[in-house]
Amino acid sequence: MRAPSAVAAEHFEDLKQQGHAARLGMWAFLGQEMLLFAGLFALYSAYRSMYRADFHQAALHMSVALGTANTFVLLTSSLTVALSIWAARARRPRACIGFLIATLLLAAAFLVLKFTEYGHHFAEGIFPGRYYHFAELPQHGAHIFFTLYFFMTGLHALHVIAGMGVLTWVLLHALQHHWTPEHHVGIELGGMYWHLVDLIWIFIWPLLYLVL
Amino acid sequence: MSAESYLVADKGVKSWLTTTDHKRIGIMFLVGVLVALFLGGVFALLLRLELLTPGRTYIDALTYNRFFTLHGIIMIFMFMIPSIPAVFGNFCLPIMLGAKDVAFPRLNLGSFYVYSAGVVITLGGMLIGGADSGWTFYAPYSTTSPTAVAPVGFGVFVLGFSSILTGLNFIVTVHTMRAKGMSWLRMPLFVWAIYATSIIQVLATPVLALSLALIAIDHGFGLGIFDPRMGGDPVLFQHLFWFYSHPAVYIMILPAMGVISEVVTTFAKKNPLSYKGIAFSSIGIAFVGFLTWGHHMFVAGMSIFDTGVFGVLSMFVGIFSAIKVYNWVGTLYRGHISFTTPLLYFFAFLFLFVFGGMTGIAVATSSLDVHWTDTYFVIAHFHFIMVGGTLTAFLAAMHYWFPKMFGRMYSERVGLFTAALVFMGFFFTFFPQFLLGNMGMPRRYYSYPERFQALNVLSTGGAFLLGMGVLLTVGNLLVALKMGPRAGKNPWQSMGFEWLTESPPTKHNFEASPVIDRGPYDYHLGLD
Repeated sequence: MRAPSAVAAEHFEDLKQQGHAARLGMWAFLGQEMLLFAGLFALYSAYRSMYRADFHQAALHMSVALGTANTFVLLTSSLTVALSIWAARARRPRACIGFLIATLLLAAAFLVLKFTEYGHHFAEGIFPGRYYHFAELPQHGAHIFFTLYFFMTGLHALHVIAGMGVLTWVLLHALQHHWTPEHHVGIELGGMYWHLVDLIWIFIWPLLYLVL
Repeated sequence: MSAESYLVADKGVKSWLTTTDHKRIGIMFLVGVLVALFLGGVFALLLRLELLTPGRTYIDALTYNRFFTLHGIIMIFMFMIPSIPAVFGNFCLPIMLGAKDVAFPRLNLGSFYVYSAGVVITLGGMLIGGADSGWTFYAPYSTTSPTAVAPVGFGVFVLGFSSILTGLNFIVTVHTMRAKGMSWLRMPLFVWAIYATSIIQVLATPVLALSLALIAIDHGFGLGIFDPRMGGDPVLFQHLFWFYSHPAVYIMILPAMGVISEVVTTFAKKNPLSYKGIAFSSIGIAFVGFLTWGHHMFVAGMSIFDTGVFGVLSMFVGIFSAIKVYNWVGTLYRGHISFTTPLLYFFAFLFLFVFGGMTGIAVATSSLDVHWTDTYFVIAHFHFIMVGGTLTAFLAAMHYWFPKMFGRMYSERVGLFTAALVFMGFFFTFFPQFLLGNMGMPRRYYSYPERFQALNVLSTGGAFLLGMGVLLTVGNLLVALKMGPRAGKNPWQSMGFEWLTESPPTKHNFEASPVIDRGPYDYHLGLD
């Protein structure tokens, strides 16, 4: 199949301008996403300084193994999505498709691990908000820690799911050999979004699992 | 080549509802915000009616609380925030840059539908029980209130995303869609103002979205994150809320300043006294605006040091605003002034903005603010700034760009008369509230001691005068829409780039991409 000829939309002068606009738009959108999470990080910091001991106890209860495994999975997916863009630029459509599928599989693996972890928490009575009834850590601080944990990782998981939607769209175009060295803005934007999802996790992981 | 105007280039309702033309989207937003202004205005008058007598006049306390919440939410999120950027920004910004459209036209249409969805959800929430927390949604009251806080909060959350999408679109448009020769320092001042606004919209709104999501989920499922009974800290909500909602004040006033800059230069036929002074002070306000939120919380338990820092930073905004005010007045000096309705609105703006701004400096002083917090003084202050600033500039823009949008002239005599009416109504509504607040009348109560009645009656009278003024203004423009004389391409003899196009513009604005070889206010060069 031949790649469709790339033509700029009528309100742009040329493809270069269109590509510039699309990338800048994505950067602005990513900035917006950062600020969306920034409020949660601010809440985390404030409550951490308020309930230092409780946060310590609660963090000890987190599964560092699962969290770290997930970090590894997500970082690898960032690598595969970057490689898919490289493949598109190098005119290797089959490799591009392969790397995209690998990224989607890793994303799914991340969600499976995450929900397994939620399952462990629920079994112990660790729920968000007023449904929290974990007898071992009844303090206010632990309760807040886990509510924030569910909210931060939950919002992040929603972004993973949205990112999977974006990458599926990219994959569908890749299957039609749409991405070429001349025309790959779409796959690049998808990759940028996926890197942001990864980046946010890079901040969530140490705050919830490693800092004791 | 079709020379048909954008209004008739495509026909039928469907061609409007699916349009990606920035001008048509601007017109649709205009209809939306005017409906919001009407609704918010009706609720304002209902509130003022209740305050006519000291005790209960005709509604109970809970209904009153619902009404002021509704008034605030409608006026702020559905009228003032989208008013100038989404209507006149959409209509004029691409033309001013010499572009055929904004960078992402479909996203622009999407922003309108997200706005509509937000309006429907919020008003739906109001119908099934309303919210009584005030537009500030302070926890823990908002999370435990028996009213329908969750859907209302969610509606505002959705409205926020409309605002983010509009801002994002404008940032990219300014960066990438400028015509040949349109350097940054040749951009009209309105574009600078909208650009500064867009940065705030993109960077501050997500924080509000997150806070309101927390409140809505908390109200529905008992998250307890701001509830002291579960270890939460309600003051943290205030910090998050004002981190957005203080910059949001500049989302409302910066575009107004942009309109004023265009109006003053056009009707004085002069370069602004200092173009860079006005342009860069917009960016300065956008920047400092992010660092002043604490002045809403002087009595919420803040250290003396913090109140001092937030107070001083707040006064920086006064410096940037003063730079603009001196510039506008200086622009008039030795100009060829034509006295029109938009210019009269500029004078109203100048008075209300300076008066409101000076009281703003006063309330940024923590020792004074402790006395005035939660009194009518603060109500009067922010209405002077936000309504006196934004509403007068919005009405100025409506008159100034009316010939551009619809190709017809309104009646100048009626326009001047209604502008005077709006100003008088406004002044008599809110000036007594300064006095009431200073005497100690608290905000958000539906009753008050008898000694406050005379000033309250005056305020209610002013409010009805203001309402009548706005209705007559819209009526004047509606009559002009059908019967006004044809305006011609450039009725104001303005050098502004938007007047280079036909009035009303054709669908693609320009027959060929323009090349810009002068500044937007180079009146010394003369019109060709």
